Amino acid sequence: MTSQNTVLQRAAAQLEISGLSKRFGPDAPLVLDNVNLRVEQGEFVALLGASGCGKSTLLNLVAGLEEPTAGELKAPEAAFMFQDASLFPWLTAQANVELALELRGVGRQERAEQARELLELVHLGGAGRKRPHELSGGMRQRVALARSLAQSRDLLLMDEPFAALDAITRDLLHDELERIWRRTGRTIIFITHNVREAVRLGQRVLLMSSRPGRIVAEWRVGDGLDARDRAELSGEITTELRREIRRHAT
Amino acid sequence: MRLDTDSGDDVAQLEAGLDALQAEQPGRSAVRPAIGKALLPVLALAAIVYVWQMYIWIVQPRPDILPGPADVAAALGSLWGDGAAQETILTSLERGVLGFLIAAVIATPAGLLLSQHKGLRAAFGPLISGLQVLPSVAWVPAAIIWFGLTDATVYFVVLMGAVPSIINGLISGVDQVPPQFLRVGHVLGANRWQQATRIILPAALPGYIGGLKQGWAFSWRSLMAAEIITVGGSMGFGLGSLLQQGRDLSDMAIVVSAILLILAIGIVIELLVFAPVERRLLRGRGLLKAGAA
Repeated sequence: MTSQNTVLQRAAAQLEISGLSKRFGPDAPLVLDNVNLRVEQGEFVALLGASGCGKSTLLNLVAGLEEPTAGELKAPEAAFMFQDASLFPWLTAQANVELALELRGVGRQERAEQARELLELVHLGGAGRKRPHELSGGMRQRVALARSLAQSRDLLLMDEPFAALDAITRDLLHDELERIWRRTGRTIIFITHNVREAVRLGQRVLLMSSRPGRIVAEWRVGDGLDARDRAELSGEITTELRREIRRHAT
Repeated sequence: MRLDTDSGDDVAQLEAGLDALQAEQPGRSAVRPAIGKALLPVLALAAIVYVWQMYIWIVQPRPDILPGPADVAAALGSLWGDGAAQETILTSLERGVLGFLIAAVIATPAGLLLSQHKGLRAAFGPLISGLQVLPSVAWVPAAIIWFGLTDATVYFVVLMGAVPSIINGLISGVDQVPPQFLRVGHVLGANRWQQATRIILPAALPGYIGGLKQGWAFSWRSLMAAEIITVGGSMGFGLGSLLQQGRDLSDMAIVVSAILLILAIGIVIELLVFAPVERRLLRGRGLLKAGAA
């Protein structure tokens, strides 16, 4: 189990964002306006908002894919999972995971073993030799999850990773992701435009306004909530989200 | 508590079931289509020979204008019998393959450089596209003046034909690499060299292979043009030279034989070299159905 521990257990991590703003070009409108956010180590945060609210921009800033216009951002290096699995079609599932390990500097011998472990973690132990096109959408997204875990980063950023999947598969992947989160202790920031998904997964749900993007409301989702409580909370958040969207009608 | 310990296995089982339902079904056996694929071109060829023979019988053209299939077959047989066919084929193939390989060795780094460097590409891109359109036979007179009637003339013309095609194929292959792959590479921590060798090159491979295929076609065409025009000196005797000799001797059966040999080599190289490579590549990436050619 020692090798598994090295893959799966993380040191302390936290994200601190204060006064963060972003515009694309000097005359362009603000995409993000004075965003403040603090995420504790091991927390699962769901970031909720309508289209065009700058959720993805915020994630790209955290990942270092883009530079902030103003404000401070203290983030550890992060793993990233996209809406499409973005697996490399010329590599098998196993080799896709191994490439992430290789780019991290893991030795050849360990790579194969760790990649196998990670694929088993997402219940794809038998699919290592398959190419991405031979896998279903849900399986591909699980390989992508294994690949992002292979990056061995404390912080995992997920940009609507299940949005393109059918409802049955998505439900299942919610269970899967929650299990892996509990097991690996990763800090996760999960972007979605689906209220129920946010409540299902997040310990905290943050609502973002659109144009410019700000964090306007926050809910804590207690562990003890039953189905009815969750439905009630979803209703409350939906009301708030719709109010936010309606503001743009004028 | 029971639910908790069970849930991992439960999810695993559910997922296994869903994976089985959603994964691609294995394709049907490809044996029957393969036979059909081989049979149809043979039938087409038989039909052409039949029409050709009917024309000979009905119109009865002079044999020195259009020989019949039997005459051509006899000419081919005698060319093969005295070893002339084998010699010319080997000479031409050797030049074509060698020229093509040299072209690939020159064009690959050049294409990579141009695809990565905006300034160089802006400067040389239009010129290379222009060279690709220029019939390389236009270089023959210049090459003869520079290199005389030597093999260097032939290789020069072949290179001028093949290099631009391969460069352009590689560039367009790189252009078509989805930007998302580059972002993934960046997120995974690839440096510039790793980005180029582990992500851009493999992603651009189909376009590159396409460029190589076109480069070979240009090599072969250029070679034939060069061999027809430049005969003698220290040059070997290739298929193009055979064609030219047939014309000089007004031996139409040899002319048609040479054309058929040139055509056959082109088809054989395509079927035995490029088609399998391309098919394997595309199938591995799921861009080709298992049963299709």
